[in-house]
Amino acid sequence: MTPSDRRYAETHEWVKIEDNIAVVGISDYAQESLGDITFIELPEAEHSVTQDEECGVIESVKAASDLFAPMDGEIIEVNDALDGSPELVNEDAYGEGWIFKMANFNSEQYEEMMDAAEYESTHDHDDE
Amino acid sequence: MSFIANTPTQRDEMLETCGAASLDALFECIPEALRPKSFDLPAAQSELEVQRYFEDIASRNFANLTTFIGGGIYDHFIPAAVSAITGRSEFYTAYTPYQPELSQGTLQAIYEYQSDICRLTDMEVSNASLYDGGSALCEACQMALHATRRSRIVMDSGINPVYRTMVYTYTANLSIDFEKVDVTHGQSDRNRLFAALDENTAAVILQNPNFFGVIDDHSDIVEHCHERGILVIQSVYPVAMAVLKTPGEIGVDIVTGEGQSLGIPLGFGGPYLGFMATTKKLVRKMPGRLVGRTVDRNGKESFVLTMQAREQHIRRDKATSNICSNEALCALRAHVHLSLLGPEGLKNVAKLCLAKAQYAKQRFSEIPGVEVMTSSPTFNEFTVRLPINAMDLVNALIDRNIAPGLPLGRFYPGMDNYLLVAVTEKRTKHEIGILAETVEAVLRQETR
Repeated sequence: MTPSDRRYAETHEWVKIEDNIAVVGISDYAQESLGDITFIELPEAEHSVTQDEECGVIESVKAASDLFAPMDGEIIEVNDALDGSPELVNEDAYGEGWIFKMANFNSEQYEEMMDAAEYESTHDHDDE
Repeated sequence: MSFIANTPTQRDEMLETCGAASLDALFECIPEALRPKSFDLPAAQSELEVQRYFEDIASRNFANLTTFIGGGIYDHFIPAAVSAITGRSEFYTAYTPYQPELSQGTLQAIYEYQSDICRLTDMEVSNASLYDGGSALCEACQMALHATRRSRIVMDSGINPVYRTMVYTYTANLSIDFEKVDVTHGQSDRNRLFAALDENTAAVILQNPNFFGVIDDHSDIVEHCHERGILVIQSVYPVAMAVLKTPGEIGVDIVTGEGQSLGIPLGFGGPYLGFMATTKKLVRKMPGRLVGRTVDRNGKESFVLTMQAREQHIRRDKATSNICSNEALCALRAHVHLSLLGPEGLKNVAKLCLAKAQYAKQRFSEIPGVEVMTSSPTFNEFTVRLPINAMDLVNALIDRNIAPGLPLGRFYPGMDNYLLVAVTEKRTKHEIGILAETVEAVLRQETR
């Protein structure tokens, strides 16, 4: 199930707003496609980013993929637990596997992102 | 059938796709002087003729010189077993194999080589090797720039000038700001180095022993740089690592060096061996292949290429380097050589080099008109100032089958009278004596 309490980017990041802070991670579909994640190069905290900027790397046994900033804003915190346990993203992509938090983000860009149903429809055909 | 299997039609289609009017137009970006004049090759020759042709070229080398030339490449003794073992067909390959896991023996050898380099440098991780000391340093620069996301590199002028030129060439199309800081009395100048650092400095590059043969404890520089988030790259001479403070001991971040001294014969242009080692923290920024040890599903020890997500064939344009191979045969030679010597053996080689160089230094200091640069300690190589152009001395001694050293004028403006003299364990007391006597005789004649 794709949680409906958040929005999704075409590049498979999810964003959930909690008290004006945006929590960012990657979708369950993304972690499933990547396979076992072996390393996450986390973004720099206290660092401003613009939408679609590459801000980290996710390495799996199959590939290395870039992590993109879903909106303009400021990265205020990164999930340090992923340094030692990148598999948290595989195990709990929507919870413990969050990657970074943003403040002062562009809420218009948030509104333009996909909701759960729209996001699911982008990869429906892959599940056949 | 033509060796190039493209038909003229296919060629035209490809040119059209590229938007080039002709093959010549496609290569227009290559300066005309560098384009081939013709592809007309001479007529075929017999094997005997070809052999004679190459023997004739080879005979023009001065192969029987007693050499005191160093500058990064040294005439060390190589046990015959090194060639015998590495020449085995199971091992005899230039690169990491494709389908590497099928070649467990080669991977094990590379893994053991990596372990050698880690032990020699006291670093946490070594890659499977690079092409030579210079290209390894170039890769270290790129690695530091990626790791720090900064764009400036400060280089000590005691770095091998050939490596420095290579770094400039390698990075010519990247926006990197280099600053060269001159040595004082042959030694890294702390004041000038520290003054050259700023917030955008990614790394400082040092060499130990440096190009002038001077050894230095760079601990203070490492400490100063780390306080500012600046990485330290150190290029080292592997034989000296057996007796000097190691990069790992002083906290260096990236170590590179030329591995030729570890069982690889002197060759005009190589092939040589670049080594690189770093910390676990930086391993994902490290270029090149990396062999890891693991167990297979039956619990048996096995070797794999690991952390390939860094590499070009997976990471594509985002890879930290375009190196996707290694110098497998030379790395194997280094491993066999080090295994045959053992830690004590290598230490003995280093001590012999040091003692013999000290003797040579003393003999040079007794020659009238020659000044040995003694302001800083040296390992197996030292700089002397002559009363004449060093190139003239070299030319005079070549006729007597002695190569007295490397003239520094071609690398450092204003140092025409300086000669860099290297002494390895292979040089005998007798040979050093003859060198000193011949230099003295030539100088007496030249300065009369």
